Amino acid sequence: MSGAEFLLWVRGPAFDMAMAIFLFGLLLRFLEIFLLGRKTDLSVARGNAMAGGVRTMFTRFLPADKNSFQRSAFTIVAGYVFHIGLLVALFLFVPHIELIKATVGIGWPGLPTPIVDFFTAMTLIALIAVLFHRLTHPVLKFLSTGEDYLVWAVTFIPLLTGYMAYHHLFFEYAWLLGMHILSVEILLIVFPFTKLMHTFTLFLSRWYQGAMAGHKGVQS
Amino acid sequence: MSTRKPSSSPAPGSVGEYLRAQGISRRGFLKFCTATASMMALSPAFVPRLVEALEKAPRPSVIWLSFQECTGCTESLTRSHAPTVEGLIFDAISLDYHHTLQAASGEAAELAREEAMKENWGKYVLVVDGSIPLGNPGFSTIAGISNVDMLMDTAKGAAAIVSVGTCAAYGGLPQADPNPTGAVSVQDLIKDKPIINVPGCPPIPVVITGVLAHFLAFGLPELDELNRPKVFYGQNIHDRCYRRPFYERGQFAETFDDEGAKKGWCLYKLGCKGPTTYNACATTKWNQGASFPIESGHGCLGCSEPRFWDGGSFYKALSVPTGDLGQTAGYALAAGGAVGIAAGLLARQKKAQAVKDHETVTVNDLHKGEHS
Repeated sequence: MSGAEFLLWVRGPAFDMAMAIFLFGLLLRFLEIFLLGRKTDLSVARGNAMAGGVRTMFTRFLPADKNSFQRSAFTIVAGYVFHIGLLVALFLFVPHIELIKATVGIGWPGLPTPIVDFFTAMTLIALIAVLFHRLTHPVLKFLSTGEDYLVWAVTFIPLLTGYMAYHHLFFEYAWLLGMHILSVEILLIVFPFTKLMHTFTLFLSRWYQGAMAGHKGVQS
Repeated sequence: MSTRKPSSSPAPGSVGEYLRAQGISRRGFLKFCTATASMMALSPAFVPRLVEALEKAPRPSVIWLSFQECTGCTESLTRSHAPTVEGLIFDAISLDYHHTLQAASGEAAELAREEAMKENWGKYVLVVDGSIPLGNPGFSTIAGISNVDMLMDTAKGAAAIVSVGTCAAYGGLPQADPNPTGAVSVQDLIKDKPIINVPGCPPIPVVITGVLAHFLAFGLPELDELNRPKVFYGQNIHDRCYRRPFYERGQFAETFDDEGAKKGWCLYKLGCKGPTTYNACATTKWNQGASFPIESGHGCLGCSEPRFWDGGSFYKALSVPTGDLGQTAGYALAAGGAVGIAAGLLARQKKAQAVKDHETVTVNDLHKGEHS
């Protein structure tokens, strides 16, 4: 198989397969969550559940107080760096926007490549740092399961291969681009069945907690 | 020629002598050798060696076989810009068989091929353009001989094989999905001869002559993983593109006649395949260095890469998937919906069952437990 043929396979049948599994898994997981349902709450509402829910969806982006920030400063800072970097690399790199425009139908302007490159490098460093933290922090290491490492790897490898493809490092470009796309396809397949689902469920759970507190008229 | 110094006299019957006879001055010949050497990224020290080798090299016998092709490769070569030194270098080889260019036809032509083979057994260069159909030998025949038979027969006595054009090198257009003729490339069929692939649709004329010049002067060139000479196919179009700064800055032409297109911005969004293509277009260019496709405002099609016809639309960006996701997504969502509903209902049933099975515990029950 030549690099060109490998690239054809990942851009064609492999992409369709990965997207099919991704969409299948996504809908399956959402239905599982929604169909569980909730008991009717017969208590008298002391506040607005909807307002509380929506508010909490956003307030949780910030640490609750100074103390809890100080206790896990590294996790919060490194976490923010790699999440923001990931979003920039994923959604503001022009070839990615072209892909989204072609599959979903909506597009937006991108950033110059050196800026995306900078964010990618920062994200790679932050991801290496969080892995190091996970491996050296005794409690975190004790709590970590195979899934945690798998999820780290499937997030890290697309960024690394993307960085390598952009800089033409070590391999012929067709192989590099092919490996990058394949690594994203593996990410898509793994996504619905691991904690990567937090990308979507985080808003569900934040809303749920915020809505309960809102109904009771207390701060969430 | 008798007035020239002996050191600059070409050997009788050599390429050099033929070029002199055609009226090419030594100065013109040296210029060609210098240009060829620089195109092949050889150091200037190699120029005299190239000159000497070409002046001494006997005119090699070349047999050119055309199979499932469009004659574009031959057109590219013969229409390059007559008469160039490159063109004459090509004339200077003893082209003993080329059924598009030769006057003879039918059995007389085949006889010429057989004679050339017999006379130069083990020494002739076989040039092939076009792919070979294996689906049915009758799909493409010459003088009643199927392409595959002619290739296998002629390849036996060849010193080396040059696959000119993407069809001969990888299968090309005839092999494009669904490959109705069962087309294959030369290297799919022949494993025991040195094969040089000179892909392109068509290849750049000076690259064809450059490969032949290299073969005459220095033997087989160094090849990449796709058997292409590294000297011509070692450069990535995107890396060598003069529009690259616009790619980096994020300035793209969105259509072929918008402001970006007029300003000469990057053609990535219009489907340019430069990033995955290795060829000499961006450096050597076409029509005597006049321009190349990207310079004239059209993205690279990636024609020197295998299966470039099957890479989806020429006008879709490289990062866009080749298939149509719509139907696949529909099936996937339907399946996900069905399994999701089933799983949800099962969970509800389990919950209801758990509630039903729940036994109320009274204070008395707890006391009972204490006594037992």
